Amino acid sequence: MNPSVEALRREFGGKIGRAVESCGDTIVYVETEHAREILAWLKNTPGQEYNYLIDVTAVEYRDPELPLEVVYLLFSLDRKAQLCVKIALTKTGDLEVDSVVPLWQGANWLEREVYDMFGITFRDHPDLRRILMWETYSEGYPLRKDFPLRGRLSRSEQVKRALHANPEAHYSMELLSIAEAFNDLPHDMRERLAKGERGAIPEPEQGTDRG
Amino acid sequence: MGVTPSDGAKSAGGTSVISQISPNWITTRLDFLANWARSNSLWPMPFGTACCAIEFMATAASRFDISRFGMERLGYSPRQADLLLCAGRLPFKLAPVIRRIYDQMPQPKWVISMGACASTGGIFDTYAMTQGIDTVVPVDVYVPGCPPRPEGLLYGILLLHKKIRGETMVDKSIREEHILQPGGLRLPPEHVDVLSEPFGNSVHQTRSA
Amino acid sequence: MAEKRTIELGLATSGLDAQGNPIEVPLALAESANLGADVERGVGSEHLLLNMGPQHPATHGVLRLVVELDGEVVVKVVPHIGYLHSGFEKLGEYRFYNQIIPLTDRTDYLAPMANNVCLAMGAEKLMGIEITERCKVLRVIACEMSRIISHIVWLGTTAVDIGAFTPFLWTFQERERIYDLQEAWTGARLTTSLTRVGGLMADIPEGFEQGLWDCCRRLPSVLDETERMLTNNAIWCARTQGIGLLSAEDAINFSMSGPMLRASGVAYDVRKDRPYLDYETYDFDVPVGENGDVYDRYLVRLEEMRQSIRILEQALERLPDGPINVADPRVILPPKTAAMNDMEAMIFHFKQVMEGVKAPAGEAYVAIENGKGELGTYFVSDGTAKPVRWRIRPPSFINLSALPKMAEGHLIADLIAINASIDIVMGEIDR
Repeated sequence: MNPSVEALRREFGGKIGRAVESCGDTIVYVETEHAREILAWLKNTPGQEYNYLIDVTAVEYRDPELPLEVVYLLFSLDRKAQLCVKIALTKTGDLEVDSVVPLWQGANWLEREVYDMFGITFRDHPDLRRILMWETYSEGYPLRKDFPLRGRLSRSEQVKRALHANPEAHYSMELLSIAEAFNDLPHDMRERLAKGERGAIPEPEQGTDRG
Repeated sequence: MGVTPSDGAKSAGGTSVISQISPNWITTRLDFLANWARSNSLWPMPFGTACCAIEFMATAASRFDISRFGMERLGYSPRQADLLLCAGRLPFKLAPVIRRIYDQMPQPKWVISMGACASTGGIFDTYAMTQGIDTVVPVDVYVPGCPPRPEGLLYGILLLHKKIRGETMVDKSIREEHILQPGGLRLPPEHVDVLSEPFGNSVHQTRSA
Repeated sequence: MAEKRTIELGLATSGLDAQGNPIEVPLALAESANLGADVERGVGSEHLLLNMGPQHPATHGVLRLVVELDGEVVVKVVPHIGYLHSGFEKLGEYRFYNQIIPLTDRTDYLAPMANNVCLAMGAEKLMGIEITERCKVLRVIACEMSRIISHIVWLGTTAVDIGAFTPFLWTFQERERIYDLQEAWTGARLTTSLTRVGGLMADIPEGFEQGLWDCCRRLPSVLDETERMLTNNAIWCARTQGIGLLSAEDAINFSMSGPMLRASGVAYDVRKDRPYLDYETYDFDVPVGENGDVYDRYLVRLEEMRQSIRILEQALERLPDGPINVADPRVILPPKTAAMNDMEAMIFHFKQVMEGVKAPAGEAYVAIENGKGELGTYFVSDGTAKPVRWRIRPPSFINLSALPKMAEGHLIADLIAINASIDIVMGEIDR
């Protein structure tokens, strides 16, 4: 068992849940509300110094009773120690946790991926958008167990929706500083941005020439 | 299939005159010349997405040397290309992109579907993948393999050469633009569904736990 | 937006003059620069949105970058990924552990054998299997061969991106030779599916060792040749030095790994820091850069290939005899003849094929040092033969997330060099 667990219990007491060992690695469960505080402590406290975030991911078990888990894999570059911190989220409650992007920039895309695949939202994330699926993807969150392997729609419907997506869509205007200069933009670009290029599914036009 | 010819095919003055005459010595000689030139100087637009693109790179590089078949001029711009070479998986997110690239290519144009994923979806019978690029664009030559060896790709290219040499300007239909139908698909929806059906041992393999 | 946004350009690109001394060339004029009277002040305020990709030869696959430009200077980059998302991780939940191995070929298809090794290690950790000595050494050989072909493709394609075509032909020629070995061993050029849980799919064929020795002897001369062409080349230096700087703190903060992290001066290498496959018994160095620019990443990767050759030579020397698979009929398929003739072997064969190998409930994370960085496999099992969760820790996905940080403020042409220096492979980024 990783000695960090004892240190965590001394520091945070009841906010630390059970700790288990699996295949030689220590997994410690922490309370959802205090996760960021605990991770920050693990990152910054001398003697812990888990300064390298290996991975952020989530797990859903086949047993529907079991909670969803958000997994943080931490590593200390100086101490060569590894720790797995988990948050359990009951499926009936809000699937919401604090983002750790303020601690590790590397969590940015990893959390976006968890959001995209599991539908878990991250509070204070700077840019929580779908990352792998397109932004108007409406079939759900693919890695959830209730999501069928081939998706929810028929293949023809899927192809149809895909072909209706605008390949130039989702310029995320909020991200670009061009948004500040909206009024100075050329007319056509202003129009395109105003129409919401983040992409609603357009109604099929009759005989659209897509060339 | 209810495909309407595009305006371009209608207004091209030459085609309508030629289409009225039956194949004769002049048109067949002209065909021979045009097809000989076209087949030996294809300008590919490599739509490389995944593993097959690596094998395509190997085909283009020193050992296999695609320029032996007049194809060393890799387009990368659809408007200056006549062969769309889809090498790799085509997820739904990429489907409108390949469709637009195909639409941007001028006639005459051909499509090679390189590899199992491009041809049928391959092992990826999932929520994210088109089950074959032929649900999105028409395909002339399918090259099997996962990924095809460079020799396999070269054989596919030679098959395409053969196909091009058999074309005739009398047959207008081969130059038709396969534009999307009003429903938004290239094929009727039932065809897409049938083309996308799982095959082989998928039933056993798509059972979780 | 009346006044122009100021872009701090403290960067300068440096090159070498004819005498080999570094020269400093200012990259772009800062706002304070004295513009001529005929230059219209307002021109700078109009930003341009440029869409690169997803089908662009210099994005190494189907990466899409939305770039906001002020003139030629990149103000903002927003990468859009997912154009190659194929649902690997979902598919893995529907497969036995051994059936996932063919999927891993297709994630990082530039180094398929290392991916196979990583997956098998994950399943073995989960099931508590200790592999044989010969298998360990052969897996080291597979990993190092993968690193070399991955880096060598990187070298060739990056050189093309930056404007030198010839190295592409040289490196691909060399890569074909390694591919020949790979094919002799696994039967496939690219989709190798080399490993099995508890061993390998095949032992090395006759003549393989000699072929690999030959490769190890020839490769340095090809690297030297490429280095002669690039390392002191004024154009190459000007295009790469001081470009895409990333400090050590930022690199750690962005969870970078592999050559990207080491070029920034952090000597983190999974082979040294969390040794697997007995890497601690091999003698090799971990090259570390100083500046964290594109040039350092190039040097680090070149040196890593030389170190890989050292490891390969040591592995070939120590290659022990013995079985490649563990002697556990529940995990390893019996030989075909036994399965056909022996009742017990047939039952084991049947059970493995129909029911798979059950892993105890629990979870395991293993990491290997792949060419791109720390490649991880994270398995969660609930005691059945199919994983509840199969997660790939994708190094180039995480490395790519730092692209905006590295590219903003540079010229658009440098964006290509920076993007190339990350060594991305979309199959692994999008999965």
